[in-house]
Amino acid sequence: MVGGLFIIITSQNYLKKVIGLAIFQTAVFVFFVSLAKVLDGTAPILTKMANVYSNPLPHVLILTAIVVGVATSALGLALVLQIYRNYETIEEKEIQSLELKSDK
Amino acid sequence: MNFLLINFFLISLLLVTTFFIFKTTSLISVVALTGAFTLLCSAIYVNLDAVDVAFTEAAVGSGISTILMVMAAAKLPEGKKNKLINLFPSIILAVSISLILIIIIANLPLLGDPNAPIHLHVVPEYLKESKDFFHIPNVVTNILASYRGFDTLGETIVIFTAGLGVIALLTSNTLNRKTNFKKNNKKK
Repeated sequence: MVGGLFIIITSQNYLKKVIGLAIFQTAVFVFFVSLAKVLDGTAPILTKMANVYSNPLPHVLILTAIVVGVATSALGLALVLQIYRNYETIEEKEIQSLELKSDK
Repeated sequence: MNFLLINFFLISLLLVTTFFIFKTTSLISVVALTGAFTLLCSAIYVNLDAVDVAFTEAAVGSGISTILMVMAAAKLPEGKKNKLINLFPSIILAVSISLILIIIIANLPLLGDPNAPIHLHVVPEYLKESKDFFHIPNVVTNILASYRGFDTLGETIVIFTAGLGVIALLTSNTLNRKTNFKKNNKKK
């Protein structure tokens, strides 16, 4: 999780920043699902063979969150594409220097 | 014991993948590594008994989002090997956040403890009654579509809004500052 945060802050490339955000999200999902685990339990599908099930509630929350996460990263990618169309680069430093030039 | 060993192995693979995503500069290989990352995550979900989540992660997380990223990376220029920015403050931030998280996790109930508070409230009723109510053996589906149907409705609205935003961004010409930049650069 911290690795994702690290990628977001340190890399200059905007696409890599979006990917860092996705990694950050996925790590939080794994943490949530690990809370739902019950030792010796099985997947929460009711059968006659099992008595102990894992907790289905975090699974539902994460199911929703995964799909929302993909929507978020799609929006981020569209923003990156639009930035590339306007500035012809997606590196942060180059965009800053272009902005400075156009201000003069 | 086996369960913990598999988990440990998969999570160390995740860490290795994250390190290589951090180091690689070529965009298309970063995207491929991200696909591998999410696929590893779905293996972890299977190990943690969350089969529905593993399904969704494999289809949506490592399928659709990787396709979107490949489409974006094909239009973008090759990544450059630039200097890392904000290296020193981000190391401090990362170390302090991981310390805080480790302290918090040490205070949580043990992994797989059946008497943890999360397993005692609401969920036993779901497990007991949902089969009589809805006649579907999969409890996750019951909660997603029936008990918490409004959540799923909200999710659909979020996705619709995001889709509208993507279409608006990709088709708009009003933001076009490229011409301004070209004019300015020509003047100099």
